[in-house]
Amino acid sequence: MSIDYRKITLDGLWHNNPALVQLLGLCPLLAVTASVVNSISLGIASTLVLIGSNLTISTFRKFVPDAVRLPIFVMIIASFVTCIELLMQAVTYELYQILGIFIPLIVTNCVIMGRADAFASKNPVSASLLDGAMMGVGFTIVLVILGGLREALGSGTLFADMHLLFGPMANNWTIVLIDDYKGFLFAILPPGAFVGLGLLIALKNIIDKRLKDRLLANAPTQSEIPINKRVRVTGHIS
Amino acid sequence: MALIRITSPHVHKPTSTAGIMRLVILATLPGILAMTFFFGWGTLINIVWASALAITFEALCIRARNRPLSFYLRDNSAILTAVLIALALPPFAPWWLTAVAVFVAIVIAKQLYGGIGQNPFNPAMVAYALVLISFPVEMTRWTAPFMLYGEGWNILAFTDTFSLIFGSWVEHADAFTSATPLDEMRHRGGLTTEEAWRASDVLANVGAWHAVSAAYAMGGVLLLYKKIFSWHTPAAFLLSLGGIATFFYIISPDTYADPFFHLTVGGTMLGAFFIATDPVSSATSNKGKIWFGIGIGSLIYIIRTWGNYPDAVAFSILLMNLAAPFIDQYTQPRAYGHKASKRGMKEKI
Repeated sequence: MSIDYRKITLDGLWHNNPALVQLLGLCPLLAVTASVVNSISLGIASTLVLIGSNLTISTFRKFVPDAVRLPIFVMIIASFVTCIELLMQAVTYELYQILGIFIPLIVTNCVIMGRADAFASKNPVSASLLDGAMMGVGFTIVLVILGGLREALGSGTLFADMHLLFGPMANNWTIVLIDDYKGFLFAILPPGAFVGLGLLIALKNIIDKRLKDRLLANAPTQSEIPINKRVRVTGHIS
Repeated sequence: MALIRITSPHVHKPTSTAGIMRLVILATLPGILAMTFFFGWGTLINIVWASALAITFEALCIRARNRPLSFYLRDNSAILTAVLIALALPPFAPWWLTAVAVFVAIVIAKQLYGGIGQNPFNPAMVAYALVLISFPVEMTRWTAPFMLYGEGWNILAFTDTFSLIFGSWVEHADAFTSATPLDEMRHRGGLTTEEAWRASDVLANVGAWHAVSAAYAMGGVLLLYKKIFSWHTPAAFLLSLGGIATFFYIISPDTYADPFFHLTVGGTMLGAFFIATDPVSSATSNKGKIWFGIGIGSLIYIIRTWGNYPDAVAFSILLMNLAAPFIDQYTQPRAYGHKASKRGMKEKI
């Protein structure tokens, strides 16, 4: 069985995007996306954990007894999360304080557990590695878009405080969209995240529908075949 | 003697959505007049501005959703939502605040859910709650009723009001802003209610608020008489709020405001007759409407007294909107010829 790397990539980024389609990991997604810098940091942290856990679980997949697989997965994930947490504590201490409880909570992120159980424990190492990376990137992209939307609407800036993550070179990355903006508290608060995520999902569905329509328009022969046939109740069924 | 034979249904004329909406808008007229009388031209300007925006947003959404434009625009529901928002907002709310509220009500709370008849929440209250938590400064900037100033009725000129709403806030603003009675009652420090009544200017002029509430109630009674809604929701709402308030007032009149105050100040009357009776987002059966009203009344008292916000009509109604399907499930009337259905936990046999 050959591995379809293209399909894995597309699934992670679009067709089976963890945030937009599977709706997993909503707790951190909704809680920390009040600004771009928070979103990027949490996205990177989750992606690293996802890659590491997928890699490890896939490597040992043949030795893990089925009955106790979930506790074992959790322990593997937790050790990676601890590494990331210590790393953030050492390198980006302010961000570590801002993100607070949501870094240790990556352990309970359903995206990671879901990929471990549904993909990594059944597939070879290379495929699992790619799957982890693509799911992580897909998750991060949604986080960043939502973070950008909420930051622009809520505080009227973009990329504020990026130096917390990228060091002094990012000191003047902040883009002030509107001077003297009074702030729109709703976008910063959790309800704004729910509405924002809902709109993003709607946008994805619209794009999917357009793509499908275009596909159907290019292949008209398929639509000529009648799909619904009346069921004959009496007589011969040939 | 020839009898005229008429078959059922015995209705005089078909009721249309547009007609009902028009009647409800007409019923807000006493309230609009009272608000204008006591709080100046701001309410009228807001109503016109909000209605224009509402129609624009509604038309854009209907066009985007490929629905018949004139059919849906002619049902007046967008204008009613706009009027209710304008009445609920502070009279000198800046123009962008009204714009945000109307956008949220029409586009997000109504059209995104599928347009008229499909919204699980009352659009006007969604908009009000959103701007209340988003812009606490602007939303608490109420004006004192104009009977406060000098001798006689000294209303702010129309042009001044207009420039206040659409232009800069700073010029005359501070002379006119003031707390609402509910704010005043809430932040009275260590005073007892009795001392607060004596000490506060705002509470001394509470008559204006009573008058506005009475005007809303008049409109509500007209709608009740016209059978636009049944008595169940408003009666349960007002009785439960009044009942709970009486109970606590009897226990400790120094700590809790009297029931009359609770019923006639803030958004109680507007909520009871114009918002809670919304046929789309409230409970359906009569029994359900009673529970719905009781829920709103008790939540209002709880949030006003022990919560973080001075008034709670919007939050309470939204919370009960959320509970309406649940209430409907348990209060479904028995159909003739059927036994009452058993709801709740299944008994073990």
